Amino acid sequence: MAYTPQDYKSDQPVRWCAGCGDHAILNSLHKAMATLGIAPEMTAVISGIGCSSRLPYYMNTFGFHTIHGRGAAVATGFKVANPQMTVWQISGDGDGLAIGGNHFIHAVRRNVDINMLLLNNKIYGLTKGQYSPTSPRGFVSKSSPYGTTEDPFIPAELVFGARGNFFARAIDVELKISQEVMVAAASHKGASVVELLQNCMIFNNGIHSYITDRETRADRTIHLVHGQKMLFGKDMDKGIVQDGFGLKAVTIGQDGYTLDDVLVHDAHTPTNFLHQQLAMMDGYELPLALGVIRDVEAPTYDAEVAAQVEDVKARKGFSGLRELLLAGDTWTVE
Amino acid sequence: MDTPNQASGRVQHLDKVAVRFSGDSGDGMQLAGNIFTNISAGLGNSVSTFPDYPAEIRAPQGSLGGVSGFQVSVGHSVHTPGDECDVLVAMNPAALKQSYKFLKKGGVIIVDIDSFKPEGLKKALFETDDPIKELGITAQVVEVPVTSMTKAALADSGMDVKSVLKCRNIFVLGLLCWLFDRPEEAALKMLREKFAKKPAVYEANAKVLRAGYDYGHNIHASVTTYKIATDEIRPGTYTDVKGNEATAWGLIMASEKSGRPLYLGSYPITPATDILHELAKRKDLGVKACQMEDEIAGVCSAIGASFAGSLGVTSTSGPGLALKGEAIGLAVMAELPLVVIDVMRGGPSTGLPTKTEQTDLNQALYGRNGESPIVVVAPTSPTNCFDMAFEASRLAIEHMTPVILLSDAFIGNGSSAWRIPEADEFPEIKVPRVPEELREQWRPYLRNEQTMARYWAIPGEDALPHRLGGLEKDAATGAISNSPSNHAKMVAIRREKIERIADDIPELTLKCDSPQADTLLIGWGGTYGILYTAAEELNAQGTPVALSQFRYISPLPKNTGDILRRFRRVIVAELNSGQFADYLQARFPDVRIERINKVEGQPFLVKEITAAVKDILSK
Repeated sequence: MAYTPQDYKSDQPVRWCAGCGDHAILNSLHKAMATLGIAPEMTAVISGIGCSSRLPYYMNTFGFHTIHGRGAAVATGFKVANPQMTVWQISGDGDGLAIGGNHFIHAVRRNVDINMLLLNNKIYGLTKGQYSPTSPRGFVSKSSPYGTTEDPFIPAELVFGARGNFFARAIDVELKISQEVMVAAASHKGASVVELLQNCMIFNNGIHSYITDRETRADRTIHLVHGQKMLFGKDMDKGIVQDGFGLKAVTIGQDGYTLDDVLVHDAHTPTNFLHQQLAMMDGYELPLALGVIRDVEAPTYDAEVAAQVEDVKARKGFSGLRELLLAGDTWTVE
Repeated sequence: MDTPNQASGRVQHLDKVAVRFSGDSGDGMQLAGNIFTNISAGLGNSVSTFPDYPAEIRAPQGSLGGVSGFQVSVGHSVHTPGDECDVLVAMNPAALKQSYKFLKKGGVIIVDIDSFKPEGLKKALFETDDPIKELGITAQVVEVPVTSMTKAALADSGMDVKSVLKCRNIFVLGLLCWLFDRPEEAALKMLREKFAKKPAVYEANAKVLRAGYDYGHNIHASVTTYKIATDEIRPGTYTDVKGNEATAWGLIMASEKSGRPLYLGSYPITPATDILHELAKRKDLGVKACQMEDEIAGVCSAIGASFAGSLGVTSTSGPGLALKGEAIGLAVMAELPLVVIDVMRGGPSTGLPTKTEQTDLNQALYGRNGESPIVVVAPTSPTNCFDMAFEASRLAIEHMTPVILLSDAFIGNGSSAWRIPEADEFPEIKVPRVPEELREQWRPYLRNEQTMARYWAIPGEDALPHRLGGLEKDAATGAISNSPSNHAKMVAIRREKIERIADDIPELTLKCDSPQADTLLIGWGGTYGILYTAAEELNAQGTPVALSQFRYISPLPKNTGDILRRFRRVIVAELNSGQFADYLQARFPDVRIERINKVEGQPFLVKEITAAVKDILSK
C-alpha cells in the first residue's frame, strides 16, 4: 500500500514559532515516511522535552512525548519489547546531549534499531535562550551573559566515541538531503543518528548561517554520497583528497590535482577513521559534510535479545513457569 | 579454653530450632546454611532464613568487618528466622565475637578450635588468649578441630591447601546433620546437584561431609542432639524460595495470566539485584530482561515497553526509586501499567545497603512532583513476594497505573519453603483492550466506567495510532490541554481511579483475634512473621492482642476504619520512625494510633515487640 505525507500528519495544529526550522524538518519527516511506505500504525515517534520534542503530537503514528532527556531510554524499551515497530526518536541538543547524554551514548553503543533525529540549534529554546552543550566557547546567552567558559560537544564525535554505526547530517531547509538521510536512517538496521542543523528564529537566529547561507552554501558544504567522488562547490570543481594522515580540500586542475586524486566516499567501510575525519569537517578549512557519512551494518540489540530469547526457549523447552519450577529442586508432601 | 558445660549424650525434643552459621565472608556460610535449610524443608519442617552479609564483598580474612552470617530457623510453625539461635557455629574468633550476642540462653556454640590461634585472636582484636572468658561466655562450647579434620579427610585428594580449606563449611554441615538428625544422603544429593559439573569438587565435599557427620557420631557422649518437630503441611510440590526469586516468579506468572510479555529494565543495586539475575535467566520463559545504563533508563525503558504492549517492570532499592520518581510520574500521567519493585534497605542516601528497613514508604506514596496518586503494596514474607508481585502486576494492568511493590532486604534475601502453585490457582488478568464496539469513538483517555481505567491500544496489534505524553491532556479528546477546569477534572479522575481499586482488593483480616483482645497490633509488609510470632507469644503470656498486617497500603482495604475502631488500643509497629502510623492517623483522626519503631537497619526481634506492647499497655 502506498502512503502520502498526509497520512502521517495528525490533526493537531503545529505550535512552533513561524520560521522555525522544525517546520521544514517535520515536513521532511512526513515525506520520508511516505517514501519508506511503513504504515502509520506500525510507526512510533518518541521524544523527550524541548521544542523539537513536541514533534510526536504532529504525527499520525503512535507517539510518546516523554520526559526531559529520556526519549532514547523509552524508545529502547519500546523497540526491544515490540521489534516489529519502526521507531523514531526525536531530541534536541539539550535534551539529547545534556540531560539525556547518558541515554544517547548508550543507545548508540547498544545499537538498538531506532532512528535518532537530533535537532541541533545550539540553544535552549523552550526555556527561552540558555546556552546548550553544542554552543561554541564564549557563546553569550541569558545563562552565559559574559560568554561560556566551556567547550561544546560535536555530536558526530560523540557518536563515533560511542562506536556508532550510522551518522548522517542535513540542514533543516535542505529538504532533499533531509529526506534522503531520514530514509537512509530508517533503512539502516541499528541506531541511526541524524544531526539536523536547525535554526531557532527567536533565540539563536543565524547560528548556522555561515554554513547555510544560500550564497556560500555550495562552497562550505559537501554532499557525501556512497560510491561517489567527494566533489563540492558551485561548479563542483572542488574535491576532498587525502593529505598524509588528514584530509585536504583542493580545486581540480590546480596545484597538480586531477579528478583521480579525489576520494570516493565509502559509507560502508567498517573502520570509522575516515568517517570521523569527514564528520569533523566544519565548513572552514574543509566543507561541512552533509548526507550519510557512515552506514555500517552490525548486530542490533533488539534483534539479538529476541534471538537469544528464542534460542534459550527452544533449548530449555519449558512450557511455562510451573514446568520450570517443577524441574528444579523440589520435594513432595503427600 | 574451657568447655564448662559439656553435657553427656542428651537428646532434646524441640518445637523449633535456630542455627546461626558465622564465618568469614569467604567461608561459604551462606551455602552451608542454604543446604541445611533445604534438607530441613524436605523433612517437613517449616523454615525461615536470614542471611546477614557484610557490606564489603571481601573484607580482610578473619577481621570483624568480614563476618558473614546466615541464620535459619526450622521446625513447627516457623514464621521468623528467630531472634536468637540455639546453636551458633563460629568459624573463627571474629565470628565468635560478632555473633555470640545472638545466642539464646542455654544455647550451644560450635567453634573451629584450629582457628583460635594467636594470629586469629589478634585479627579479631582479642586482648587475651582466652576469648571465651574475655567475652564472658558461659554457654556450652564445643571445640571442634574443623580445619585439621577437613585437611585429614582430604589428605589423599591431591588438592591444594586453599581448595581444601574451602570445604570447611561442609564439614560443619555434616556435623550439624548429625546433631539435628538430618540424613546425610539428603545433603549429598544437594551437593551433587550443586557441583554437577565438577565431579571432583563433589567427591571432595562428600568426603568432608561424611567426615563431619562421623565426627559428630564419635563424640556422641559429649553433646546434646536434637529432634525437631515437623509441621502439618498442605500437600503439594514444594521448593525453597528466596523473596527476590519469588518476586521474579510472581511477575512471570502475571505475564502468563495476562498474555502480555514481560519486560524488565533494571540497574544493579543491593539488595534488589537478585530479581534482575533471576529474570535474566528466565529468557527461557520469554522474559526480556535488560540491564540498562542507569536507574532512570531502567524505569524509562520499562515505560517504553508498556507503551509497546508489554508488562513493564523495573526493580531497584531506595536510592534508585528516588532516581525513578519523575518517570513514575510520567506513567501516572500516561496511565500505563508499570510495576516498580523497591527492595528497601537502610537510608537515606547510600545508607546501609545490605541492611533492612521500611523507610521508603513515604517516598513510595509521595515521592513525585504534582499530585500523582499511585498503588502501593507490600509483601509480608519471602513466599508472599510471589503473590504480591502477581497482585502488583494485576492491578497495574487491569487499572492502567504504576504500582510500587515495597519489599525489603529481610524478606528479599530470606527464604522459606514454598508450595508451587497449581496452574489454575491464580486468576486470569483481564487486559483492558479497546472494546470492538468502541474502536470508532476511541480516544486515549476513554475509560472503563467501572474502574475508570483507560483502554490500552497496543502498537502492532491495534491500528489505533495515538499520542501520549507528560503534558496534561484533555479528558475527552486526549489532545494537550491547558484548561484549568480540565486539569482539575483530570487530577480528580487520577485520584478516584486509584481509590476505586479498594473495590478490587481483599479486605483486611485479623490474626490471633479473640473476644478478649482489645488491642490491635498493626504492621505492614515484611515484618509479618515477627509480629505474628510476637502476637502468639503475647496471647500465650496472657496479653490478648490481635494482629492486622497490611499488604495493600494505597489504597487501603475498605474495612480498615471498621477494624481500627473495634479496638481500644491500636499500635503500629514498623521499621521506620512512624511513616505508616502517620498515614493511618491522617486518614482516621478519631483513632488514637500508638507506635513501636526501630530504625537500626535490623529486623524487629520478637522479644522487642512483646516488651514494647506490654510497655505501651501498662501506660
